[in-house]
Parts: sequence; C-alpha cells; structure tokens
Amino acid sequence: MNDMTPSPGFDVDRIRADFPILRQTVRGKPLVFLDSAASAQKPVAVIEAMKTAMETQYANVHRGLHWMSERTTEAYEAARDAVAALMNAPDRHEIVFVRNSTEALNLVAHSYGRHLLRPGQAVLISAMEHHSNIVPWLMLRDSHGIELRVAPISDAGELDMAAFEALLEDGKVGLVSITHMSNVLGTYTPAERIARIAHAHGAKVMFDGSQAIVHRAVDVQAIDADFYAWTGHKLYGPTGIGVLWARRELLERMPPFLGGGEMISSVSYERATWAAVPHKFEAGTPAILEGIGLKAAIDYVRAIGYPAIAAHEAALTEHALASLSAIEGLRILGAAQDRGGVVSFALDRAHAHDVATLLDRFGIAVRAGHHCAEPLMHRFGLESTARASFGVYTTQAEIDTLATALVRVREFFA
Amino acid sequence: MSGGLDDLRDLYQDVILDHGRHPRHGHRLATFDASAKGDNPMCGDRVEVFVRHAPDGTIAETGFDARGCAISIASADLMAETVTGKRPDDARALFAAFRDLVRTGACPACDAALADPLERLAPLAGVHEYPSRVKCATLPWHALIAALDGAQEASSE
Repeated sequence: MNDMTPSPGFDVDRIRADFPILRQTVRGKPLVFLDSAASAQKPVAVIEAMKTAMETQYANVHRGLHWMSERTTEAYEAARDAVAALMNAPDRHEIVFVRNSTEALNLVAHSYGRHLLRPGQAVLISAMEHHSNIVPWLMLRDSHGIELRVAPISDAGELDMAAFEALLEDGKVGLVSITHMSNVLGTYTPAERIARIAHAHGAKVMFDGSQAIVHRAVDVQAIDADFYAWTGHKLYGPTGIGVLWARRELLERMPPFLGGGEMISSVSYERATWAAVPHKFEAGTPAILEGIGLKAAIDYVRAIGYPAIAAHEAALTEHALASLSAIEGLRILGAAQDRGGVVSFALDRAHAHDVATLLDRFGIAVRAGHHCAEPLMHRFGLESTARASFGVYTTQAEIDTLATALVRVREFFA
Repeated sequence: MSGGLDDLRDLYQDVILDHGRHPRHGHRLATFDASAKGDNPMCGDRVEVFVRHAPDGTIAETGFDARGCAISIASADLMAETVTGKRPDDARALFAAFRDLVRTGACPACDAALADPLERLAPLAGVHEYPSRVKCATLPWHALIAALDGAQEASSE
C-alpha cells in the first residue's frame, strides 16, 4: 500500500461533487473541512440509499413475515456481507453490528474480558490509544481484577516494539488491544507483527481500526487478528452503526453483552437461550437504515478503491507535513514512518482552542483539544493540540489555505 | 487570503490578548485561605484558584494557576482583578452578572453597584457569539466560587 502514484481514475473534483455539503459556505467562505477523523462527510450515495429505504422499503428486520420486512432484512443483511467482504472476514456470521467502535470495545471488555479473562491476567494497550480503548479496560480492572499494561511509544510516535514484547514475556497478558492508526499522530501500527508477537505469547489481539479502515484496506485474515473494531461514520457512512469482527470460535464462547429481543433462541421465566452468532450480540431492533447507509458507503469507497484513496491521502499528508512544518513556531506531533492522513500540531503563541476559533473565521474546520487521548497528550507534554485530518475529498489547495491561515493566526497573536 | 481575522477583534480584544499573554495574577499565592480546582473535561482546560481573605472577610488577593486558552487566562486574570476588596457575596453576585454577560452579550438586570467591575469585564462579552467558548470564560469563576464555598472542586455547569 506504499504506492504513491495516484490512480489515473482518481479525480478529486469528481469526488467532491459527490458530497453535497462541500458546496456550503461557512462565515462567507467555502467550507474547508479538515475534521474527517472526527466524522467524515457523506456522499450522495449514502444519503440517497437511506432516503430511498425510508421512502420505498422499510419495516423491522428478522421478524416480519411480510414483504416489506423481508426486503428490509435482505438489505440490512446485505450490509453484513459488504462488511465481511471489506475486511476479508472468512465468515459473515463473524460481523457483529454495534453502535460504534466504543461499543465494540466495551462489548469485548464485558463479554470476553469478564468471562474469558481471569483475574490476575493482563490487558496490554499502547500509549497512543483513544479513551475508548483505555476506559473499558480501567473498568474491567476495577470490576474484575485485570491488570492494565501500557506499551510505550517513541518520540516519533511509533510503538516501541521491544518494550511491547517485553510486556508480554511473563505470559500474563490475555488480550492485546491496540489502535491500528492513531487518531492524534496518524501512526499506523504494524498490525501483522503485533498479532504475531501477541499470539506467540498466548494472547489474543484486538485492533481499534476506526481510523485505519478509512485510509487503507484491512484484511483481518492477513493480519491474523482475533478482534477488529471500527465505526461507520468515519468511513463516509451514517452515525449509529459500527462493526465488531471477531473469530467465530471466540464469539461462540463469549456470553451476550446486552439482553433483549433479537438475541434469544427461547425465553421462559426460568431461563433464556441465545440465538446463534452474530444475533446473540445484537439485542433489540438494530440500526437498520444506518446498516443500509453503511453498505452504500462501503460500495462507494470500494468503487474508488483503497489503492487510489491511500495514494491520494499519502500525497496530501506529505504536502501537509511539508507546508505546516515550514511555519515558524509550529510543532507537529509525531513523525512516524508509516502514517495516515491526520496531522496534529501546536502553535507556540496560541492555545489550540484559539487557533481553532481563528481558523473557523476562514471557513476552516479543525478539531482542537485532547482528541479523547489525554494520556497521549501528556506523553508529549501538552494539554491540547489542533488537528487537521483528511478524507477522499480533501485537496492540496485546502491544505494551502490552512497553512496560509495559520501564518495569519500566529501574526494575530504576535 | 482576504479578511478573516479583523472581525475577530470582537472576541479577541487587546485587553484579552494582553491579559491572556501576560496575566498579572497568574500565580499561586504564598499564603491563602481557600483554593479550588476547575476543569473542563471537554477540552482539557484546568485552573486552580487561590484566595486570601482580609481580616474583615473581604477578598484580599486572588491568584490562579491555569492551563488554557487566551479567553480562559484573560478571564481568570480580570476576575482576580475585579473581585479584590469584594465581600464573597458581592463576588457571587458579580459572577451571576458576568455569566449573563458572556451568555447573552448583555446584562440588563444588572445591579448598578456592579457597573464598574462589569465594565472591566466587558471585553469578554464577545464570547456570547461563540457558545463553545463560554465555558472558557466561566471556568475560573466556577473555581473561585467553589473556593469561597469551601469546596475543593468546581462542579461543572
């Protein structure tokens, strides 16, 4: 995936035309949306798929014996097939629909953590995790006696692989749970190598792929992962739907997370038995329209193609790193060799919130704050940064607009 | 690139830029009678406010230790300036008026007795046009009131 040559089929103007919101102006200026890592904008294909479903083909799924329910169930389950194909999952029943990555991580912490990890075992994360891959493990530690270990990162923002392996040496780590791409530093972690080392020490391995799957193809079999979580709204899909993929034998052994309708085989006042996977983990009416929207998003991304997306974003990132690092007093966090389209930075003269408010005046949307990664901020001696993040629709001209505006912001605080 | 920042002078007036960069009260007091912390978990801003009382119970001096944006530092500094010499109840009343000011841009019901300190705090009124930034301006006040109430931590809004 290191091919830097944009695919001849990649036409950013044509792609931008697919995103109606990009025609909006903000404060009288064209919207420069550089906050896709928080949530991406939606192509018309996604908007139309959800609208069409509501207008022509909608009922509850899996339970109606009528035509509308059957058609809706087919459309919803087609999303599961699309997800399985996207991740190269060997079995569509390994795709569990959840609300978002946070819910996927909590599902694993509750179900796998409380029932298949023993008190005294450890969970190993990295020093560049989102709070969603920290807090569930703190809760598991406090409720279940699990030790939480944190693998350090270098100043460049790369996982310290020697330290990572050393933390596995005593054999107590039952689960490694690590980001596949940092939402702050943009660093890709070496997933295949992490999985190989984790397995060699008897640990299962989970990846938080919320950022990674937006920018490059994810193959859970090639990685040899045990769990992989991601969320739809960062992949140009709707909010409210995310994915947990896990090996079937693990899902079979794990008890349900939530109880209710849809997830049972039979219920009496004495006992309930569980539905087969994945439905065992999908209590209640699912996010039907969002599933349909997610399939449209996956189809959209696959039509562009990951090699083209990765090449486009690699070029953007290279351009952003060069333009921003040329600005006096601007510090970019992290310098990983393998990184995606996320650049966090701090200005010497201005707090990140002031930077974001001033950039907003130019119509530029960036995120400012701790990015739900407080320990990582502290690792770099900061409380907050501003972050520009890129999507398929981001242009080099938008990055130039950002760089020019940042020079003005710094002058403003002179 | 045209325009852009000039109209931001309503939010970032010179007083704010000056006090944000060079706060006069941005230090821990050597001796103090009360202190409290405030933090905004949404953005990571943190402030700790220290208060020393005069024998008559008025506020003799206020200092603060803060990590935050220009708005929050300037607000903390102007707060420390305006509450000096005030009785705790007057500081509470001033905060109530200030909160109206930063939320709405005006304080029509404000007591005439508060006119002078409010005029000093008026450069922060522009915050009302930026709802996500209102908390930046009020955080140090929450910490101050918590300290006056004998609490360790400001409760968030």
